[in-house]
Amino acid sequence: MSNEGKTPLVEMRDISIAFGGIKAVDHVTVDLYPGEVVGLLGHNGAGKTTLIKCLSGAYHKDAGEIHVNGERAEINNPRDARDYNIETIYQTLALSDNLDAASNLFLGRELMRNGLVDDAKMEAETRKIMGRLNPNFKKFNDPVSALSGGQRQSVAIARAVYFDAKILIMDEPTAALGPHETQMVADLIQELKAQGIGIFLIDHDIHNVMQLCDRANVMKNGKLVGTVNVNEVTDDDILGMIILGKKPEHLAA
Amino acid sequence: MSDIKDNSAASSDMEPTLTKRSLLDTLEIDVRLLGMLAAFLAIVVIFTIWTGGVFIRPRNIFNITVQTVPVAIMACGMVFVIVMRHIDLSVGSLLATCSAVMAMMQAYWLPSLFGLEYGNPFILILTILIGLTVGTTMGAATGWLVGYQLIPSFIVTLGGLFIWRNVNWFATNGQSVSLRDPNLLMFGGTEGVLGATASYSVGIAASIAAVYVIFASRKNKLSHGFVVKPMWAEGALTAIIVGTIMLFVHWLSLYEIPKGKLRRMFEARGEVVPEGYTAVHGLPISVLILILVAVVMTVVASKTRFGRYIFATGGNPDSADLSGINTRWLTVKVFALMGFLCALAALIAQARLQSHGNDIGMLEELRVIAAAVIGGTALAGGVGTIYGAVLGALIMQSLQSGMAMVGVDTPFQNIVVGLVLITAVWVDIIYRKRMGITK
Repeated sequence: MSNEGKTPLVEMRDISIAFGGIKAVDHVTVDLYPGEVVGLLGHNGAGKTTLIKCLSGAYHKDAGEIHVNGERAEINNPRDARDYNIETIYQTLALSDNLDAASNLFLGRELMRNGLVDDAKMEAETRKIMGRLNPNFKKFNDPVSALSGGQRQSVAIARAVYFDAKILIMDEPTAALGPHETQMVADLIQELKAQGIGIFLIDHDIHNVMQLCDRANVMKNGKLVGTVNVNEVTDDDILGMIILGKKPEHLAA
Repeated sequence: MSDIKDNSAASSDMEPTLTKRSLLDTLEIDVRLLGMLAAFLAIVVIFTIWTGGVFIRPRNIFNITVQTVPVAIMACGMVFVIVMRHIDLSVGSLLATCSAVMAMMQAYWLPSLFGLEYGNPFILILTILIGLTVGTTMGAATGWLVGYQLIPSFIVTLGGLFIWRNVNWFATNGQSVSLRDPNLLMFGGTEGVLGATASYSVGIAASIAAVYVIFASRKNKLSHGFVVKPMWAEGALTAIIVGTIMLFVHWLSLYEIPKGKLRRMFEARGEVVPEGYTAVHGLPISVLILILVAVVMTVVASKTRFGRYIFATGGNPDSADLSGINTRWLTVKVFALMGFLCALAALIAQARLQSHGNDIGMLEELRVIAAAVIGGTALAGGVGTIYGAVLGALIMQSLQSGMAMVGVDTPFQNIVVGLVLITAVWVDIIYRKRMGITK
């Protein structure tokens, strides 16, 4: 494997988190290398999003360690995660509907001028990055509630990409998108990958995963079924892992 | 060009609305603000005609603005509270407790504790500082229970309504406390006015500041290459704003101080009123305080991180959390600010009445919430403006004063205010449905 000898960008070791009596994530270990796209697969409720929220700071893990660039990282809230250049695109997009695109993009990291937020500068920056990501985007002065699903998605993506992310978490980034916009996200993932950014991709669409990911982790009932190199398996192998919760025999050796 | 012409037949019936909208867009005028201003002007015109011109006289305008101040100040804070998806039912009781503490401070506690004479500036300063601190602390306590202990704000402040109303009662034994310290009266209105020269100076300074802000913002937008309003539009808006400021100041400066009162003022200093001497009221200090509060709160709402986070949290609390905003601490700060403004309103309310009464601020919470809502603050959170709330308070007070002047009985006055509240929200809902605004 080409990753041998390199320091992983992220290592999540033996992570566990429970809600009440239910173990949502049960001793799961995954890692991610620079310039790599790693898929997280599984049924609804398998624990993918919960696992990733421990990394983005939205949840606090009960046990386990997170290492970033080989060093132990303490991530207790979303601000800590941002300090490690971990950016997240949530399934729900996490946008404040009443604010415009620029305010959402810079939420929590506003550009300031003489102690006051500099809306004009933020809008200018937003126009720049949107010109790159989604040139059709024009509604800069409307609240994001007035935008289409795809436009909202591009605001959420722009927010993650703008701040020099090293580690990007994408939770079903194409769930709300049409084919054209899905292709746009796929192109973006390739571009970011080429820049050496590591990406965790949660997706239901096996076809997307096979196309975009280098490796895939499959989860079931909070446990890690296995990690496979995507080019060594077929769609059916992964489907089997998701449904049966077992690694295919030719890989299990 | 040819494409547009080809389609002109199909779009011709659309054109009038398009040009109308684009005119409003060019001027960047908030349609809601326009609606509220129209409603306010209608009230003024109707009562002016109905009262044969008495309503618009400087003396009445002076009284209405002075009476509006306490509710308007608290409504500014209520906007933030409601935008955060909370509510504060305790503001009237909070006002009463702050008023009780300040009244007891100036009348008994400070003079007996430090042996200060009435009229000593230390009484004034200490009373105000302690009053504001008490209000802020009470608000922060509410905020802690709501933000960190996750008790619904409706419950916490409903409890607070009972608690603080009766802490006020306990602190004063239910008795009225007159303001013995003469300095404190200056926040009340007629006892604290700037006079003509200072009023005009304030008006001119405010006009210069308004012009500077408008053109600095224009310059900043231009530097990023954005489309700005045409110069004539910018100039017209500036002229309207400056004109309104100066007309308001001029109007209040036409309100003369009555002869009898002048005589007493001079007698108090051991002098006699010179022959032919007149003096005018001008801007009341309390109104100046309201204007300052409204300006500062507007800047906070639109130009600071604090304000941005309040609106972000109101729009989507989860997104605010995930963006690294400490929404719990933010809740404490918003309620503490509300408490501070209640204390400020208490200072002005008791000075206007020249005493602290046990029922001061009674039912004021409802008027404050009504002012914010009439001003376009949405109870669902995320939406609201400071100028709207101040205008809402002004509309309510004008209605009540006007109705009282033409002899409408008190029960009908309150019925009308209730109907106006419901109608304002109704019209807003219809407007948004028509415009296709979902939130």
